[in-house]
Amino acid sequence: MAAPYTKYLRMNRIPHMWCPGCGIGIIVKALTRAFDALEWSPDDLALISGIGCTSRAPGYMNMHTLHTTHGRAISFATGVKFARPNKHVVVISGDGDASAIGGNHLIHACRRNIDMTLVIVNNFIYGMTGGQYSPTTPVGARAATSPWGNIDIPFNIAELAKGAGASYVARGHVGSGVQLERLIRGGLDHKGFSVIEVLSNCHTQYGRRNRLADPIDLIDHIAKSTVNIRKAAKMSDGDMEGKYFVGLIHKDENRREYCKGYEQVIERAQMSK
Amino acid sequence: MDNTDKKERQVVFWPGNIVAAEAAIAAGCRFFAGYPITPSSEIAHVMSKRLPEVGGRFIQMEDEIAAMGALIGASLTGEKVLTATSGPGFSLKQENIGFASFIEVPCVIINVMRGGPSTGLPTALGQSDVMQARWGTHGDRPVIAITPSYLDEVYTEIIRAFNLAEILRMPVYILLDEVLGHLSERLEIPDPSEYELLERPRPTVPPEEYKPYDSSFGDVPPMADYFTGYRWHTTGLNHDQTGFPTTDPKICQFEEERMERKVSQNLDKIISYDEFMTEDAEIGIFAFGSTARAAMVAVSDAREKGIKAGLLRAITLWPFPEEPVRKFSKQVKGIVVPEANLGQMIYEVERVIGCNCPVVGVNKVGGVPIYPGEILAKIEELA
Repeated sequence: MAAPYTKYLRMNRIPHMWCPGCGIGIIVKALTRAFDALEWSPDDLALISGIGCTSRAPGYMNMHTLHTTHGRAISFATGVKFARPNKHVVVISGDGDASAIGGNHLIHACRRNIDMTLVIVNNFIYGMTGGQYSPTTPVGARAATSPWGNIDIPFNIAELAKGAGASYVARGHVGSGVQLERLIRGGLDHKGFSVIEVLSNCHTQYGRRNRLADPIDLIDHIAKSTVNIRKAAKMSDGDMEGKYFVGLIHKDENRREYCKGYEQVIERAQMSK
Repeated sequence: MDNTDKKERQVVFWPGNIVAAEAAIAAGCRFFAGYPITPSSEIAHVMSKRLPEVGGRFIQMEDEIAAMGALIGASLTGEKVLTATSGPGFSLKQENIGFASFIEVPCVIINVMRGGPSTGLPTALGQSDVMQARWGTHGDRPVIAITPSYLDEVYTEIIRAFNLAEILRMPVYILLDEVLGHLSERLEIPDPSEYELLERPRPTVPPEEYKPYDSSFGDVPPMADYFTGYRWHTTGLNHDQTGFPTTDPKICQFEEERMERKVSQNLDKIISYDEFMTEDAEIGIFAFGSTARAAMVAVSDAREKGIKAGLLRAITLWPFPEEPVRKFSKQVKGIVVPEANLGQMIYEVERVIGCNCPVVGVNKVGGVPIYPGEILAKIEELA
């Protein structure tokens, strides 16, 4: 018997185009399991992406799916959600797509706090275009455009989202699918803009250049560089050097959701008519 | 229409940008996404006030690119959508406009053209985005651009733009300019009974049989609104009739040609132009937008001097009204093409008429309108 979450997949589109061992599969599975846990109907769901390896995910998923331009997925999603506030809108995006070319849309969606969920697959590299360094590539790492080591200081995407006003921010990683599903489910269920950063492996483009060419080794490396947020609170800054805390980072249920705010606009406009 | 049935029209004295916004609402537009930019901002001002009054939605996005994205997203849910911008914003929107063209989503984009390249002359007129309207986004795609000259025409042409966008599943441009956007004019608002509002073709097949680019329904395949039971995929990658990516050369060729046919096979529905004193004209003028108003005065002035001038005024600029211009060129001794740029549509006139007659431009880019006397001087040269 097929797993219950396969109803969210277009099984006839599989096999997928990702490299064997790619972390995106783990993330897609966590996402579909979260949809299933919430019993969301595919008819009420839109999944929107930009450009990159991660952004090919909607093609494999059985809902309203839109593969847009590089970096702009959040703006398309905002149009869908704002036009149909009672439907579910999810964006899936890579680190380059979401935080470089799409950085402006990212911070403004956080600020606006429109009720949708953004899953950012952070694999520290531009995978599809051939392994160039991204805004999350660690300092010193090798990439196709940093053959002498990256000097660009990376973004902390989760902190950026929190600072910009996202009302639900979490970070998970592909080494822990169960935790990831729980964090995504929390974000989907949250009424406001939720960001789930997922640390993922691109062994093909990132790993190969950084002595982590084997997917298991790279996932292991990612898992070891994470610290649960509760444990992190007790650690010194020095101990946290080079580490990523994972778990639910921020949740604010009082921040006004954008579409709710607009309901008041409609009410005021129609009363004064 | 029978005059006895005609309802009394509302008479207003509005600037062009307000006319544009009200016309969009009359056309059924219920979603606007935009970003502030001179000289188009008044359109956003009106939409932000009026849309919630009529149950619509207005959103000011973080930039021009996002506004275009949000517009496409809302159109996918079935809304009639509008954005308004000017030169720099038009440039920024180009990639997403290409996306809208390629995934075949109806939307209307108003560009209130200003002067100059780059930041240019934000508060002054220009007509220098006309070639950008045709070729601004990368790749091939069909284009419709409409250039009204009078405010009553702004109203009716915006309604027509929404209808064309819907029935052909594509973006439609309204190219105004700073003069039209800001000048106020008396106009009568047509009663809704005087025009028809059209909708995009929607699927009649069951969801499991639905394909978003199914050419068995013709060159404009039915488009399902999001959240109505039709779950479909689309992508800015070249795609086949199912909406999924393909690199098959035959399918890519077929789909791009089908898209082009939406315009090339519907020229009778799309092309609109106006003629003023062309019947016996010996000297022709080809003009569009606010410049055509000066051209009309120049024609009258020339006639007073005994020169038989006539004006062919393009209301639809793209697709270019090739046949009327070619026909006109066989009748006249020469054509004057005044435009508030350094010569853009003149290339199109020359392309279409070959060696039929000489063509001269009147070109100004200083932000001030072209005056009738300047056009008249060229008419006299050719006469």
